[in-house]
Amino acid sequence: MSIINDAAEAAKSLAFKVMKKAVENAPDRWMPGGTPDPLIRRQHGQIGRPISRIDGPLKVEGSARFAAEVALDNMTYAAIAFSTIARGRIASLDVGDAEAAPGVVLVMSYRNAPRMKPMQALGSSEMALSGDDLPVMQDDVIHWNGQPVAVVLAETQEQADYARSLIRIGYEIWPSTTAFEVAKAAGTETGFFLGQPLHVKVGDAESALAAAPFRVDGLYRTPRHSHAAIEPHATTVAWNEDALVVHDATQGVTHTAWQLSRVFGIPQEKVHVTSPYVGGGFGSKGLWQHQVLGAAAAKLARRPVRITLSREGVFRIVGVRSPTEQRVAIGADERGCFTAIVHTGTALMTPHNFMPEPFIAGTGNSYAAETFKLDVQIARINSVASTFMRGPGEAVGTFALECAVDELAELIGLDPIELRIRNEPERNPTDGRPFSSRNIVEAYRAGAERFGWSTRQAPGTRREGEWLVGLGCATGTYPYYRMPGGVARLTIDRDGCVRASVAAHEMGMGTATAHTQVVADRMGLPLDKITVEYGDSILPGVFLAGGSQQTAAIGAAIIAAHRTLVAKLIRLAGNDSPIAGLRPDEVTGLDGGLAKLDDAERRESYASILARAKLPELTVEAKAPLPLEMLHWSMHSQAAMFCEARVNAVTGETRIARFLGSFDCGRIVNPKTAASQFRGGIIMGLGLALMEETAFDERTGRVMSPSLAEYHVPAHLDVPPIDVMWTDIPDPHTPMGARGIGEIGITGTGAAVANAIYNATGKRIRDLPITLDKLL
Amino acid sequence: MTPFSFARAGDVGDAVRLAATQGARYLGGGTNLVDLMRETIERPATLVDVTGLSQTIEERADGSLLIGAAARNTAVAEHTSVRARYPVLARAILSGASGQIRNMATVGGNILQRTRCAYFYDTDGARCNKRSPGDGCDAVGGLNRAHAILGASPFCVATHPSDMCVALAALDAVVCLEGADGSRRLPLVDLYRMPEERPDIETALAPDELIIALEIPASPPSTRSTYRKVRDRASYAFALVSVGASLLLEGDRIADVRIALGGVAHKPWRARSAEKLLRGARADDEMFRHAARAELAAATPLAHNAFKVELAERTMTAVLRDLAEDVA
Repeated sequence: MSIINDAAEAAKSLAFKVMKKAVENAPDRWMPGGTPDPLIRRQHGQIGRPISRIDGPLKVEGSARFAAEVALDNMTYAAIAFSTIARGRIASLDVGDAEAAPGVVLVMSYRNAPRMKPMQALGSSEMALSGDDLPVMQDDVIHWNGQPVAVVLAETQEQADYARSLIRIGYEIWPSTTAFEVAKAAGTETGFFLGQPLHVKVGDAESALAAAPFRVDGLYRTPRHSHAAIEPHATTVAWNEDALVVHDATQGVTHTAWQLSRVFGIPQEKVHVTSPYVGGGFGSKGLWQHQVLGAAAAKLARRPVRITLSREGVFRIVGVRSPTEQRVAIGADERGCFTAIVHTGTALMTPHNFMPEPFIAGTGNSYAAETFKLDVQIARINSVASTFMRGPGEAVGTFALECAVDELAELIGLDPIELRIRNEPERNPTDGRPFSSRNIVEAYRAGAERFGWSTRQAPGTRREGEWLVGLGCATGTYPYYRMPGGVARLTIDRDGCVRASVAAHEMGMGTATAHTQVVADRMGLPLDKITVEYGDSILPGVFLAGGSQQTAAIGAAIIAAHRTLVAKLIRLAGNDSPIAGLRPDEVTGLDGGLAKLDDAERRESYASILARAKLPELTVEAKAPLPLEMLHWSMHSQAAMFCEARVNAVTGETRIARFLGSFDCGRIVNPKTAASQFRGGIIMGLGLALMEETAFDERTGRVMSPSLAEYHVPAHLDVPPIDVMWTDIPDPHTPMGARGIGEIGITGTGAAVANAIYNATGKRIRDLPITLDKLL
Repeated sequence: MTPFSFARAGDVGDAVRLAATQGARYLGGGTNLVDLMRETIERPATLVDVTGLSQTIEERADGSLLIGAAARNTAVAEHTSVRARYPVLARAILSGASGQIRNMATVGGNILQRTRCAYFYDTDGARCNKRSPGDGCDAVGGLNRAHAILGASPFCVATHPSDMCVALAALDAVVCLEGADGSRRLPLVDLYRMPEERPDIETALAPDELIIALEIPASPPSTRSTYRKVRDRASYAFALVSVGASLLLEGDRIADVRIALGGVAHKPWRARSAEKLLRGARADDEMFRHAARAELAAATPLAHNAFKVELAERTMTAVLRDLAEDVA
């Protein structure tokens, strides 16, 4: 990093620190969430109901139209050719045969692609959602093995694919770094995440560790993970004069519109992005080169383009979760109280992206240690970018930390749950902030009871035939996030129907369903009066479906819009209404109208208010407050994960027999969709524990597992009965009392599996995935 | 996929005639060939669809079984006689692929599926002697956890992925072939070639030769057999190691034993050395382990697959033990 960048970072960091201090010290009531959301106290029974997903029937019938299914007149189909070297330049490019192949419209390469500005890498600005900031097909330089080097457009997908196979490319190879150890040896730098250095120091942890009567100190490794959502990335794109229409599979419609407008140098309002359905995001459905290439090719061909990444394409150009090497050391006194936690290590980034896998993210709020040393070092590699993947940081960080806690419990001779409870912090142990809500001890106690934890035996002592059986547990953790930019529009008509409009996303988790329930409860209306409009960049607000923050972000924007709506309705109601003279805080939505909080007799229906005001409908729009609550309180969800693993004594094969997640995630809005989210996260965590690993050839930087035959994720038989439960204790400082639940399921799961395997076999595996060869 | 022409064969003669043109390939269920065509690894000029040929599963007077090459994997696995008399075969088939794939896959196609290796599949980015003879092999010094420990050559270390064929190798199955030069019969294990210096040539078949049927010889009624597959996940994964075996006991002595290994070689690996040691020997753990060790003495593991030696030894021993104890 240059001196100028360093200075800029320092200044930003200083300003942030001053602001942070002020927010931390401000009174609670000045904060968003300082006064609890009234919905936490008063509800009409919609929140907490296990409503089936609104989009469910559409998906079962096949009538939900995904980005790769949008058919446009005169559309062409794209196929991408990928580089086969890690670094260098294109020395020769022969597209003659491809251009001459049947049905080919054009072949685009750096030679004829329109001039475009590079995208901005995620983490470089609030709206940036691209995996890197490299130029897209603007020159002959190759930056990673798998980089798109040419795009074929043809009348059919088959013709495009065939023509693509006829492109001949020669390369001039430049020196590159493609191996973890080589990258590390070349020097590392401290990672920056969300503008902050990934470095925390409280006291002198190394000295405390050295002096501790009990200590564990281990090296843990996690491999590269590739994204493998069921829906491969796809975009159908068309130019309409100088306006761009993009049907995309994205976690950020507004971000995409913003970015493409900058790449093509047109105003943002000229880019219209829709994304009504997304077949899984997990952090991968941001901006990669395919959206830009599709739009560029459409411009060149003057025809609409559908660009669908093949499964191989996803593995080659969509970023990965970085491999990590983590040291975790914990020191404890005679009573088992932690005196030191050291969590340090290395992750990889490319020279052109800004996602340092923040594996220490969950450690700083985990346990009441006296000293901490947390640090993420970044080494640079020439490969596909490192990016966000479900539970970025925590998913692999909790594997190392929670295995170490298990090892320490064994060393001290304490039950691992008891050891955790003994070290339960009262405030955030690294910065002293109060927790907004923390009930992990309750979650552990209830989970242990339900799971039958007390039946756990000493390591390696329970055998059923060829199978060694063990129980393990671990803590999962994920922060509450709410990003700035939330805006919501509410429209109410004389039938008492309400439409909530937000530029948010449905990736299968039930966003629209949950917020239908929330709006219904807030308005005092039945579910069938509510429509939630989303997945379109012309709708209000900037919502990223990431960081498990969308529910809170939408919730806060709806609270703001609702307050505005109520104020307007009271004003419109005038002096002759039963609610005349009341302040917005004194009324609540009730039976299709507004009523005084403590006197339901003083009520007027929405229809009546609008009729007297001679308005067919009323629309308001309001912005959510800045998410200062995140700085004021230490806000985290937690989970107690329990696993029963069976390891075959002959073959080393591991099968998970059962799993329980006991969650403390605030109020659960919809138990049905929440249970699916929890289970889905746990299943992905089982994959992380036992099988997921990108085969990456360190000689060439090439991904050698670009298919679901080679890249293993759990198949049905790998997924045992998964039980989920939750405390349902509302967080008093969040919208609806809820915290996000999309990612926490994958956290803690890897360690729970590893700890169960240890309990079954007496073998401690610190290197993921735990494949059978490690257990022979 | 490279454009191709397509013809459907009405009978065997028809099929052989249609396949006489340059670059023709027979098409069964397509579960492997079509995948390879999509990757442009296979580029046949003509596909001759032979799924209309015999699918019959016939029990013959001498106790043997004749299975038409177009019989679907599911049909074979579900067949009463197969389940009763050759559990090794039914179990092997059911441990492979998925229900949908088994419904499509034919017996002939399964036998002729190609070896697997990530570098073989990477048409753009990797060297492979099987795809382009003489280019070199990127797997030997690359990622080779799934690769061969027996019978490999410096030219190719890929493994044969079929489960069914491991069972067939253990059952001494014979393939019935028809070609322009007439018909012939060939033991399944001799159908496959070891990689040597020409891994691109995987079988002893002439270009137009067609597998029309499969014969499984009769075995004494008290023969026990089973198949065990060891893999990285519970289903839908290729074998790291698999063992198909049959055992006939007389008292505590081994009257007959046949063992084949999967996931360890370029072809289903018949464990002749182990069998030789075991015939006539006492059926006990020590003997089983001794025989397994002897079979694997010739193993030459690569950087990432040394565990397969231990795994194969353990699995072989366990399978024989289970057969001896009649708990398989």
